Amino acid sequence: MQTLLKIAAAAVIFPMTGHKNYMYKSWWKILAVVLLVYTFTAGILIEVPRNPQLQETIRNLFFHVCMWFGMMILFIISFVQAIKYLRTGKHMHDIASRQYAGVGILFGLLGYITGAIWMSYTWIDSNKSFYESFDSIAREPKLIGAAIALLVYAAYLVLRDSITDMDKKARISAVYNIFAFAMLFPSIWIIPRLLPSLHPGGSEGNPALDFKDASMNMRLVFYPAIAGWTLIGVWIATLKIRWKLLYEQKLMQ
Amino acid sequence: MKRLMAVFYLLIFTLFVHAQGVEMADTMKANGKIYVVIAVMLTILAGLVLYLIRLDRKISKLEKNN
Repeated sequence: MQTLLKIAAAAVIFPMTGHKNYMYKSWWKILAVVLLVYTFTAGILIEVPRNPQLQETIRNLFFHVCMWFGMMILFIISFVQAIKYLRTGKHMHDIASRQYAGVGILFGLLGYITGAIWMSYTWIDSNKSFYESFDSIAREPKLIGAAIALLVYAAYLVLRDSITDMDKKARISAVYNIFAFAMLFPSIWIIPRLLPSLHPGGSEGNPALDFKDASMNMRLVFYPAIAGWTLIGVWIATLKIRWKLLYEQKLMQ
Repeated sequence: MKRLMAVFYLLIFTLFVHAQGVEMADTMKANGKIYVVIAVMLTILAGLVLYLIRLDRKISKLEKNN
């Protein structure tokens, strides 16, 4: 189990280090599929804590929370690629940075949507009107922070597409990418942790990485699930990078 | 002492009842319908993965031609 997790962690770190040919290897793609099949079966079948508020929805941990973890890891890869572009000026890094950010935003949106579905079954107070419930939910610091982070990254895409000069586009968007990554710290890692919230992982700390909290059983599925989802994201991003490289080769001819 | 023990037992009992009283999908597990859910989820996953594999192969082919 632990070796499998180590391999998965290595596979996630691959895209950040300069390993050029990781995109063409298939072992980590197979690993991603195996981990996801495990997530989908064990995630449904294992014994979970009987929590009166969450009931069976506690299993959403393997899906909703993994989307956010995947997003963060993809944004980290995007950030590293942006720095690499600024250091080397290689066009490849610019394309990689853009595509990893794109898949990261997709994961973030999926995390937001799944969170909205989960929330409407666990946070909505049936004694209050929908409007009143929504009023308290809309004040959630976690939701606002996540929305800010996603909007900052959405602006990255807008900024990129608004510049026609290739080199200028690459340089400005790499610099902005670093800023957008820096914005993740206050908007999703610091401010929501300081304020009280309905969402777990508020002022009491990070529930996902707290080894005293959560049942051991759930962590057996949770960590492989993070690796599996992230690797699928990396796979999609590499496909887009390869396609983009082909496309630009064609333009050059 | 006896009363204290009674209170203690009551406490344990209520905790136990509380833990067991949470409504979970136990029947779904007992009659095996949970496997239907897993089958559906795995089918969707398989479809998406096959799509990705096909895309990967196509891009590889294009790369070879260039």
